[in-house]
Amino acid sequence: MAKKVALTGNEAVALAMKQINPDVVAAYPITPQTDIVQYFSSFVADGQVDTEFVTVESEHSAMSATVGASAAGARAMTATSSQGLALMWEVLYIAAGSRLPIVMPMVNRALSAPINIHCDHSDSMGARDSGWIQIYSENAQEAYDNVLQAIRIAEHPDVQLPVMVCYDGFIISHGMETLEVMDDDPVKKFVGAYRPEHALLDVDHPYTMGPLALQDFYFESRRQMADAMEHSPKVILDVAKEYAKLSGREYSLFETYKLDDAEIAIVVLSSAAGTARPVIDDLRKKGIKAGMLKPRVFRPFPAAEMAKALSHVKVVGVLDRADSLAGHGGPLFNEVRSALYELPGKRPVVTGYIFGLGGRDFTPENVDGILADLKQTADTGKYANLVTYVGIRE
Amino acid sequence: MATLKELSATPDVLGPGHRLCAGCMAPTVVRQILHATKHPVVVGNATGCLEVSTTIYPYTAWRSPWIHNAFENAAATTSGVEAAYRSLKRQGKIDKDIRFVVFGGDGGTYDIGFQSLSGAMERGHKMVYVCYDNGAYMNTGTQRSSATPMGADTTTSPVGKVVPGKPMHRKDLTAIMAAHNIAYVAQASPSHYNDLIAKAEKAFEADGSAFINVLATCPRGWRVPAEMSVEILRLAVETHYWPLFEVDHGTWKITYKPREVKPVVEFLKAQGRFRHLFTKGNEHIVEEIQRYVDQGWAELEAKAEWSKQKKEAAAAGTAS
Repeated sequence: MAKKVALTGNEAVALAMKQINPDVVAAYPITPQTDIVQYFSSFVADGQVDTEFVTVESEHSAMSATVGASAAGARAMTATSSQGLALMWEVLYIAAGSRLPIVMPMVNRALSAPINIHCDHSDSMGARDSGWIQIYSENAQEAYDNVLQAIRIAEHPDVQLPVMVCYDGFIISHGMETLEVMDDDPVKKFVGAYRPEHALLDVDHPYTMGPLALQDFYFESRRQMADAMEHSPKVILDVAKEYAKLSGREYSLFETYKLDDAEIAIVVLSSAAGTARPVIDDLRKKGIKAGMLKPRVFRPFPAAEMAKALSHVKVVGVLDRADSLAGHGGPLFNEVRSALYELPGKRPVVTGYIFGLGGRDFTPENVDGILADLKQTADTGKYANLVTYVGIRE
Repeated sequence: MATLKELSATPDVLGPGHRLCAGCMAPTVVRQILHATKHPVVVGNATGCLEVSTTIYPYTAWRSPWIHNAFENAAATTSGVEAAYRSLKRQGKIDKDIRFVVFGGDGGTYDIGFQSLSGAMERGHKMVYVCYDNGAYMNTGTQRSSATPMGADTTTSPVGKVVPGKPMHRKDLTAIMAAHNIAYVAQASPSHYNDLIAKAEKAFEADGSAFINVLATCPRGWRVPAEMSVEILRLAVETHYWPLFEVDHGTWKITYKPREVKPVVEFLKAQGRFRHLFTKGNEHIVEEIQRYVDQGWAELEAKAEWSKQKKEAAAAGTAS
């Protein structure tokens, strides 16, 4: 039986981890992820999980120990934010290159300097090419649902890649909301038992994990990762279908909102989509055909599907909670714009907006301003700036 | 302990055909250590010569499960492997009795991997961490490490017109690991293989974390002929440059006392990396190295004596 509960995002994710009951969790506390580590420690202390909890001395060791545990044949998890992810950097690539199905909740927070504990996507966006699947969650419900599905996606034989489940620091991690959670048994059945093909602890079948591969083999190993990434959308959708049967909640590669007949649309990740929805409703009441596309899966990037969904839109505004500092917009902007290039004939005009860095409030008024901007571009065919910084003192 | 003849008949976990240099003591250290347990082992390896030369894909010299993650995280990685073992064993998913061993060079142990090692030892993971200390980053071409002895000529502490090699002494990592109060700590040398294997046996059966620091010749870095590798190590022990001792649950014990202590000059003179120390004007460096070695031995004797007295006092206390 599913039940409605009031939980913070971190509580919801910690509950998902408890229900997954991983063999090993190795984690290091960092704001705003800290609650997860604390809640999980209490599950261990109360004997509610079978997990061996490794209280490592850094995030670098958190990811390293998680890699060791996963290679050993255990279902292994960790969780982090911001500087913690940055410290894990080296090992993120090793986890993916070693094809270890690690699942990591990633509570988005700005990167130093200056040091800042609040939400933006600089941390996970920097890791977008590390070989991890990245799933972004709008709220606690999605974070909970995505963590459960991530186990099945990561461990699928056609994928075998690590997955990070991102959600917004403080806004979601510490905000209390009502969500529906499942009982332990159906979750246990859904995630199933982990049966790795190779395990270090299977001492009768020794294998060498993490060898040196030079000019003659390295390239093929990377190509295989790319191949797994290309195969993963099917798995992600299959898992979502199965999860929908269980939970009644449907997930895809992205979510569209009033997009079918939209003339102008925004593309935005995570909690900001929740801010935008009522603004779109208001514009619709005024007869303005506004819509939204909220990517759920950023890696693999569903370029073809997204281009198709946006093909009829006149002007697309892509909102990034991270800046590439390349002088050419944020990462989501560049990906979406590149995806639309494949469209035949007249393509939508695409402009970029950078917002909310370091936890700067992102208000309905900001969304309204962006949509007014897009409307003007739709009417005139012109825009003032390719990339605009929103809600900032300039 | 098994005899040499018996040991030679036991199978090697590290097979032949790897690409380490002739005279490199790293594979000798590995073989001697792994002869000390009959249990299946899972081997962790820090990035370094041993790792790159034994696992060139699609080949591997390892007959046991083996994992390399990165340079600085071998201890953390094996923490995870060992945690997985405890978890799966507790859940009844594994019934075998497995041992965990890590091999890292002095770069991966004294320096870049020090935090990871310290954390893993403090947490008490049941693993044997073995440092094969050849006193520099040999894999990248002999750059100095914090294990490099004073005066050594390396590519980042080169002998120049005004600097005569590495200016400072090496870090005493074995003592630092003893300060972690783990189950077993030892310093050993493959030249004294009985001593080394006996220590490894204790380490594998210790009721917690164990650390063994093993001196390992690098013929290229030390600039000695390959066939001299073991002889140089013997000199290191007999000059007190590399004392053989253990710290078993806090009890310090010198496990080998040379009958006749040789001056450290004999160890230094045998190696090209110290050649410049014997030119005019550098006498004070040799004197300082001798002073440092003498001081180290005196301190070690004092610790061993303190342990002995503590033990006797405890025994007397029990008796009365």
